Amino acid sequence: MEGLVTQIQGLSGTASDVLSLQNLLKQADDSLHAESTRLPPFLDQLDPSKHSLGYLYFLEACTAGPVTQEQASSFVLTIARFISSCVAEQIRLAPDKFISVCKRFKDQVLLLEEPLRGVAPMLTAIRKLQLSSEHLTALHPEFLLLCLLSKCYKTALSILDEDIFEVDQPRDLFLYCYYGGMISIGQKQFRKALELLHNVVTAPMSTVNAIAVEAFKKYILVSLIHHGQFPTNLPKYASSGAQRNLKTLCQPYVELASSYSNGKIADLETYVEANKDKFESDNNLGLVKQAVSSMYKRNIQRLTQTYLTLSLQDIANRVQLNSPKEAEMHVLQMIKDGEIYATINQKDGMVRFLEDPEQYKTCEMIERIGSSIQRLMTVSKKLNVMDELMSCDPLYLAKAGRERQRFDFDDFDNVPPRYNI
Amino acid sequence: MDGEDISNPLMEMCANGIAGVDDAPSSSTSTTERKNRPIISGEQLDIEAYAGLYSGRTKIKRLIFIAHHRDNTAMQLEALRMAYDELKKGENTQLFREVVQKIDDRLGPNYSMDAAWCAMVDRKADQRKDKLESELNAYRTNLIKESIRMGYNDFGDFYYAHGALGDAFKSYVRTRDYCTTSKHIIQMCLSAILVSIEMGQFTHVTSYVSKAEQTPEALDPITSAKLRCAAGLAHLEAKKYKLAARKFLEVGPELGNSYGEVIAPQDVATYGVLCALASFDRTELKNKVIDNINFRNFLELVPEVRELINDFYSSHYASCLEYLGNLKSNLMLDIHIHDHVETLYDQIRSKALIQYTHPFVSVDMRMMADAFKTSVAGLEKELESLITDNQIQARIDSHNKILYARHADQRNATFQRVLQTGNEFDWDVRTMLLRANLLKHEYNLRASRKI
Repeated sequence: MEGLVTQIQGLSGTASDVLSLQNLLKQADDSLHAESTRLPPFLDQLDPSKHSLGYLYFLEACTAGPVTQEQASSFVLTIARFISSCVAEQIRLAPDKFISVCKRFKDQVLLLEEPLRGVAPMLTAIRKLQLSSEHLTALHPEFLLLCLLSKCYKTALSILDEDIFEVDQPRDLFLYCYYGGMISIGQKQFRKALELLHNVVTAPMSTVNAIAVEAFKKYILVSLIHHGQFPTNLPKYASSGAQRNLKTLCQPYVELASSYSNGKIADLETYVEANKDKFESDNNLGLVKQAVSSMYKRNIQRLTQTYLTLSLQDIANRVQLNSPKEAEMHVLQMIKDGEIYATINQKDGMVRFLEDPEQYKTCEMIERIGSSIQRLMTVSKKLNVMDELMSCDPLYLAKAGRERQRFDFDDFDNVPPRYNI
Repeated sequence: MDGEDISNPLMEMCANGIAGVDDAPSSSTSTTERKNRPIISGEQLDIEAYAGLYSGRTKIKRLIFIAHHRDNTAMQLEALRMAYDELKKGENTQLFREVVQKIDDRLGPNYSMDAAWCAMVDRKADQRKDKLESELNAYRTNLIKESIRMGYNDFGDFYYAHGALGDAFKSYVRTRDYCTTSKHIIQMCLSAILVSIEMGQFTHVTSYVSKAEQTPEALDPITSAKLRCAAGLAHLEAKKYKLAARKFLEVGPELGNSYGEVIAPQDVATYGVLCALASFDRTELKNKVIDNINFRNFLELVPEVRELINDFYSSHYASCLEYLGNLKSNLMLDIHIHDHVETLYDQIRSKALIQYTHPFVSVDMRMMADAFKTSVAGLEKELESLITDNQIQARIDSHNKILYARHADQRNATFQRVLQTGNEFDWDVRTMLLRANLLKHEYNLRASRKI
């Protein structure tokens, strides 16, 4: 053991040393695991900021076995300190170990029932493990889970705002998007939630998994809240398994959506009452209630298209509310949220609907358009780059070459029919 | 009776007065005068005059229809009596039995079931059928095309007279193989069309009309007018009102009363005008209906309809809608148009509303409600549905009851669309890249597993 410690201390200087150290550590891994109970004192001899790789191996071996409550809190401290001070390049050499350490960290934090303690360290861990901001690691979903449980949604938003393009494991993506969707719903950013849930539902999957089913349920509800309608068919690029099975698995929600599209609030409410238990067991009852109240909003919005002024009594009648007072409350809320433009004249009990005052003439608008254009150009360039990479990819060429028909002996292509790497 | 030239209806109009029809069906006046009187008008339908316009099977069907739909017992019995008389002249025992059942002994001993007559007719029919069959077989063995064709034709006529419409149709269609000249083809087509209209199978009508119109010889005007009527009826049944209107408006005045087995010229005018009002825009209305010299002859037969369309064009909507309302009860008794009356009326009313609001920036809804003879609340509802359907570009000021025209600001709308399209593109591309990545990953996984 001590020999290993000295080697770690010696070989943690340069990059080539670290590589050789890694080989040594790999060979010593089993012995480390065998003596996991004896390891904690050795950790004190190592400095996490300089000997990150070695420290990581030791730490991983320490935490491998079952952990008691008392040990848990001390481990939590150790790991947190390690994460904040470790060197990114070294731990990237052993990503699996790092990930398993962080996962155990999360488990222990949950065991202690203090998810808040884990949020900041996990965020640092993600940043250190990521190769680029577009890279999704296995830690992303864990981080989001901690944020959800500790209800600090704002920190999660900073991670969610980044676009993800590279994924290691599809399962990570599903969990990430699902938790991300839930956080966005919590923050009432329904557009972002819709995006994330859409990614889960339409991701390529050979068989439908439970995450997709749950995500689909929420997707229906958020789509009703945000757009006021739910497209009955998934887009064509969704996997065939999803297209066939998701609707049958989420039957009450699909029926809710069709009842919503009929436009009668009373029917919708009776349906919700009747199926309350199902919604509650999925923890979706709050979202369902939001969907129902969004229907009032949609009806009022439709009124702005046909009327210039309307009395509160009329609004109450047309939208099937109970009294003009309720109508006033709804309209007031919508004006505050910026969903409609109107003025309420309380003396006459009249509401006057105004046009959208945005004239698209201000500097801010020009800047916004300019930045949109820039963003789109970057995305478009990225698409081209990916297309080029793909067409040079040997695996793709092999498959394309295999499936090419040979019509004529003279028809000599550059890609031979069987292309063995 | 002899079909007097209908080119002097105006004289008759002046003589009888434009307003209406004598209520008492005076049978002493000649049938020609009756044909020229305004039959389809706001007044109660004069059944005898109405029936006088038609001949053959359609007359009986129409009378039965009227009896079925009219609640007024006197009119019912009148119609059934006339049907009975007409049937006695023919050979259709099945319809006869039906009518007798409907009469139900209410008209006295003269109009009860005449079993002897039925039996005699049936016997004669069997004899005739056997005779026709033997003749046809003889012709078939002789292989003389013309006589085979005539044989099948006779069969068709025979079946038609006895009410076996399906067999009649089949027989007429069989003559097709033996037609040698275009005249034969046209005759076959016309017979087939007649039977199809009676059967209610209007898809056949359309196909045979196009077949007849494709003959290399030029058609004489009466035949082409008949074909256009038939085509118009087919389109009407298919609810293609614009096409139906066009067909009816192209019917030449030579039609006269020659197509009485199917349709009367008054019907051509009424159907044409109603469909045109419901589906044409203003320019088409002016060119094809009001300035149409040929069609004017038909319009003179139904002066209320003529007034109707002139009022609509000159924006006197109240009187136009009044005429429409008056005509409705009689139109509901017509076998071809009765189930389209509601739709056509709704469309005409919407068109009137849209046309009324079109030239103005703001419209006082109280005045508009007066013009359309409705309440302000009802008018508001109608306008709301039209605005929601995007047929009127306006907004309602419910407080002051004014309708304001509203034209969408193109510039703002464009900016909004641009930003939205940008966002959608962005989202689509990002999700696509993500999915591509997932697919690549999955494929790599599978490939690596194979290796």
